[in-house]
Amino acid sequence: MKNGRVWKFGNDVDTDVIIPGRFLADWNKEPEKLGQYCFCSIDPQFSTKVQPGDIIVAGENFGCGSSRQAAPVAIKYAGIEYVIAVSFARIFYRNAINIGLPVLECPALVEEVKKGDRLAVELDKGEIKNLDTGKVYHFEPLNVMVQEILYSGGLVPYVRNRLNS
Amino acid sequence: MGMTLVEKVLAQAANLPQVKPGQFITAKVDKIIGHDISLAAFRELERMGATRVFDPDRIAITWDHFVPSPTVGAANQNRELAGYINRYKIKNFFEVGRGGICHALFPEKGLIWPGDVVVGSDSHTCTYGALGAVAMGMGSTDVAAAMALGEVWLKVPETIRVHFAGERGPWTTGKDLILYTLGQIGTKGALYKALEFAGEAVYGLNMDERFTICNMAVEGGSKTAVIAPDDTTREYLVGRVPPGAQLRFYSSDLDAVYVADYIFDCSKIEPQVACPPSPANVHPAAGLTGVKIDQAVLGSCTNGRLSDLRVAARILEGRKIKPGVRMIVVPGTQEIYLTAMREGLLETFVRAGALVSPPTCGPCFGGHMGLLGDSEVAISSTNRNFTGRMGAVNSQVYLASPATVAASAITGYICDPREVMSA
Repeated sequence: MKNGRVWKFGNDVDTDVIIPGRFLADWNKEPEKLGQYCFCSIDPQFSTKVQPGDIIVAGENFGCGSSRQAAPVAIKYAGIEYVIAVSFARIFYRNAINIGLPVLECPALVEEVKKGDRLAVELDKGEIKNLDTGKVYHFEPLNVMVQEILYSGGLVPYVRNRLNS
Repeated sequence: MGMTLVEKVLAQAANLPQVKPGQFITAKVDKIIGHDISLAAFRELERMGATRVFDPDRIAITWDHFVPSPTVGAANQNRELAGYINRYKIKNFFEVGRGGICHALFPEKGLIWPGDVVVGSDSHTCTYGALGAVAMGMGSTDVAAAMALGEVWLKVPETIRVHFAGERGPWTTGKDLILYTLGQIGTKGALYKALEFAGEAVYGLNMDERFTICNMAVEGGSKTAVIAPDDTTREYLVGRVPPGAQLRFYSSDLDAVYVADYIFDCSKIEPQVACPPSPANVHPAAGLTGVKIDQAVLGSCTNGRLSDLRVAARILEGRKIKPGVRMIVVPGTQEIYLTAMREGLLETFVRAGALVSPPTCGPCFGGHMGLLGDSEVAISSTNRNFTGRMGAVNSQVYLASPATVAASAITGYICDPREVMSA
């Protein structure tokens, strides 16, 4: 069971704020370099403050805007382990699953959690525990197709297995 | 129970007699589109171990974002992409100077057909819904998987119907209708859902304006957006799609179920502007008079088509852009560029004091070709006005129709086009 500290964001966090367009040329040649630019326009030090395993908690429509897969990739390489939100923009949601960044919808938690709280996530059980308050939250388990992709380690290994079989 | 247009297209793609919202399906993909940033998808395809794509004729790629290459990195990206195009034998590939912006180009070339399921590694892929296709933006890995397998997993979305009733005013364009819609439903109004635009006012629009409407549907969170094909659609397809192409014209059943039904009276919709930092922060242009601008941008996959240039040229004809204001005009494709040249539109822009750029996505996504400096303000016919979208983090972008952009370039502040055209 992993646990991490919470970084809180509001509603409608868009992909331009997550990773500006100017960093998109050739982004997946060295995708790990994107981490340092994550949220650079609103908090240039974000990636240096994040500790591996930390968790983003946000409001509605997280990841709205462009289809850039660089957005969840930047978040992942900034060191974030999970993104928990009230809701996600659909392209961002698929992209995050496809690269193996778990994205969880849990409105009750979003409302109550504070910046810096430590959360422990149990993906299989659909459970998140706030270690600072002791409160346990439940989220809708991911659908079977999504789970299959996440447990394969993302969509690339999933397709590779299918092409080989 | 009846089905909506989107449900019908997805049912046939999944080879099922009926699909229902919420159902997970595996849909056959008819077309896959991409651009220079889709290089990422080809790298993923390679990582998947795919030695071939499902059908090289059904994939279309153009260079549009970092065009012409503003950096050495972008130039190298294009070279590497060209290698993949060659290796996977992609037939419909458009080099710099021979194509244009993907969502203007692919319909123009007759590559998208009614009834198609289209997947593209660009969020504005939903543009093609104007042809009655179900088109969805996805990320690089999803697109790579679709290129390898020829199919994609989907959750059937609920459909929201937006009905435009009444008669439009002469300066209320397709862009104003979609901005108004976004103002009403918000950025989350269509999250995970499909939008279907209908009503006499929609059917009175030309194809260019219909593309604009479906293009920006994604700013309301929607998965896809459609307009049922009619005679205007059929006329547009003539001479573009190959003879004998199997076109599938679907429309929603009368007893189809919609999750929500909006009816908007077009006669009450004035020219609209989306204020920063959200495409849904929409107000009438007339109410914003006094907001001074530094730059005006006409172009993009939203509004860089021929009729957009014509409207703007009509306003700029014989007039001058306000000193201190830069105007950048970006025709969407080489074909549009050429026609605009023949019609004298480019001359009108140049004489008015505008800079005419080659087809590119550059300024719209803040990549290159006219970024905004600190605290600068732009009015733009593009699709997003998020914080820092077109340049400096503290710059501001207002989104509007080509008419409103052109009129504002003349006055130097945001204004309703009627202010200029009645003067």
